[in-house]
Amino acid sequence: MVVVGSGPGGLQLSYALRYFGVPHAVISADPAPGGMFRRWPFFQRLLSWTKPFAPFERGTRFYERYDWNSLIPDDDQHRAIQPRLMDGTSYFPSRAEMEQNIATFARETGIRVRYGCRWTGTARDGEGFRLRTSAGEYRARVVVFAFGLAEPWKPEIPGIEHVPHYADTRAPETYAGKRVFIIGKETSAFELANGFLPWARQIVLASPRPTQLSVVTNSLVGVRARYVQPYEDHILGGGVVIMNASIDEVARTGSGFRVRTTRSDGGGTLVFETEDVIATTGFQPPLGDLPELGVVSSGREKIPSQTPLFESISVPHLYFAGTATRGAPGLKKNGIPSSSGAVHGHRYNARILARHIARTYFGIDPARPTLKRDEVLGYLLSELSRAPELWHQKSYLARSLLWDSARGIIDDGIVPLQLFVDGDGPDGVAVAVEANPKAEIYPAVYVRKNNVVTEHLLPTNPLLDFETAEHRSQLTSVLAPLP
Amino acid sequence: MAATRGELGDKLSNLSLFADLSAAELESVAHIVDERRFAEGERILRQGLSGSGFYVILAGEAIIRVDGKEYGRLGRGDFFGEISALLGDPPVADIVAARELHCAIIPGPALEQFMVGHPQVMFRMLQSEARKLRTATRWRS
Repeated sequence: MVVVGSGPGGLQLSYALRYFGVPHAVISADPAPGGMFRRWPFFQRLLSWTKPFAPFERGTRFYERYDWNSLIPDDDQHRAIQPRLMDGTSYFPSRAEMEQNIATFARETGIRVRYGCRWTGTARDGEGFRLRTSAGEYRARVVVFAFGLAEPWKPEIPGIEHVPHYADTRAPETYAGKRVFIIGKETSAFELANGFLPWARQIVLASPRPTQLSVVTNSLVGVRARYVQPYEDHILGGGVVIMNASIDEVARTGSGFRVRTTRSDGGGTLVFETEDVIATTGFQPPLGDLPELGVVSSGREKIPSQTPLFESISVPHLYFAGTATRGAPGLKKNGIPSSSGAVHGHRYNARILARHIARTYFGIDPARPTLKRDEVLGYLLSELSRAPELWHQKSYLARSLLWDSARGIIDDGIVPLQLFVDGDGPDGVAVAVEANPKAEIYPAVYVRKNNVVTEHLLPTNPLLDFETAEHRSQLTSVLAPLP
Repeated sequence: MAATRGELGDKLSNLSLFADLSAAELESVAHIVDERRFAEGERILRQGLSGSGFYVILAGEAIIRVDGKEYGRLGRGDFFGEISALLGDPPVADIVAARELHCAIIPGPALEQFMVGHPQVMFRMLQSEARKLRTATRWRS
């Protein structure tokens, strides 16, 4: 099999495949590991935190809940690489520290990648694929694309070809004293606006949809807290203008640009004269010829639509890893998305995918550990309180136990919740951590009995302690139907 | 000049639910709703499971299933999940993709704000609910 990409997604998958003993090749167009982090974020600091000091010992599995950036090995020696590289000035690593973190993991765990090998085309080959690359052809039964969202995307607006993309942003001091019009109101738009606050004379952010803030949606949806400063400036009338408007046309003028907008609230047309325009309209995966092969995508970002096991819904045996696994949205309960768009979420998806590939294509299926019935309650409550997979991927990943007639109670590991609730199988239980828009975080328990799944939501707790007497008693009742 | 509509805006403009919206409003709606494609056989709504959303079918076909038994089919322009989202109760039926299904989605908790912000859509939805009610009560007359 072949993995395309050497960012965090491809490296984590390669590591997990090697753990199962699955032979594979990793190819990458880049000269070195690190993917997007060798260029972005533009203002050089990540949004994802790593806490050097946390309630759990560094280098343990439970510590991963507080470290969003390290890749995850199966031994303690290579855990928690990111905090080793940080200097204490911020709990957000710098771009360079993140790149170093990814490269260190690749080096210390000995992941082998063929760098400088660009994937250029894809063809079917019986049940499998032929990949054309800049270094010759690869034939593979299974292929996994971990190519990130690396292709700048701009919407079809008349004149948009004159507008630089986020990826083409100049050094901040070159915007000194200028008016800057930013198309978009997502996190990257606010990242630029925040960085331009000491430089630009005026900053306008415009897009049809009202601004969403993560601290208001109570989820990862919306602008992240670090970049809310321009929003406050706008509210207090400090020179930043935030508008809900569609962009009708961008035209070049002698000194810059003229941007024509229509307000979404029926407020009519507004025209802006500005020295600079930047399209912070996002990135798409570099799909190449995959659409011609039959890979379907959805949404403005054109992320390939996937099954809960990260396989294209339209082209069998073609899988995705890394940020592209957002194309397997899961249950998305209460509208709260997965964390698959960032390392802290998709690193766990890679483990699940590696296990699936090992089992399905290579017949490698190591026996899972078993539990005694009187251990189940304590184990599930401990996982609900501490498991990093459940805390990072709420309503998305679950700890699953299966009641097997021959072996007894099997710990089936971390599985996609959608797979458990929609799939047939032996009686069992899956537990997930879930959240709602009221910012409550609580345990959810799904019991499967005779292929009927029932949902049981347990109460939240102000200290997020799910091992209280109340939780013990409620979970005991929920588990009663299982022998 | 009219606002430029994206691909999704175009798809929505052809559905009766959104027929009364201006180009600018459609563009704004296209930025608010989520989009998703489901594989054949995939469940979209789950009987008895909380936290679902409101779905509008852009393409494809879905099966309404209660306790494993088929009760009908839905196609392009039809919507589902509204009762569950409006009442805050888990769905009483499964909705399953009969073939590849493409939907626009509004999460349950966001539906009220969306409908209040787009009264023309709310009115069209109410008309549709009224038709369903009329069909359901026809046997009485």
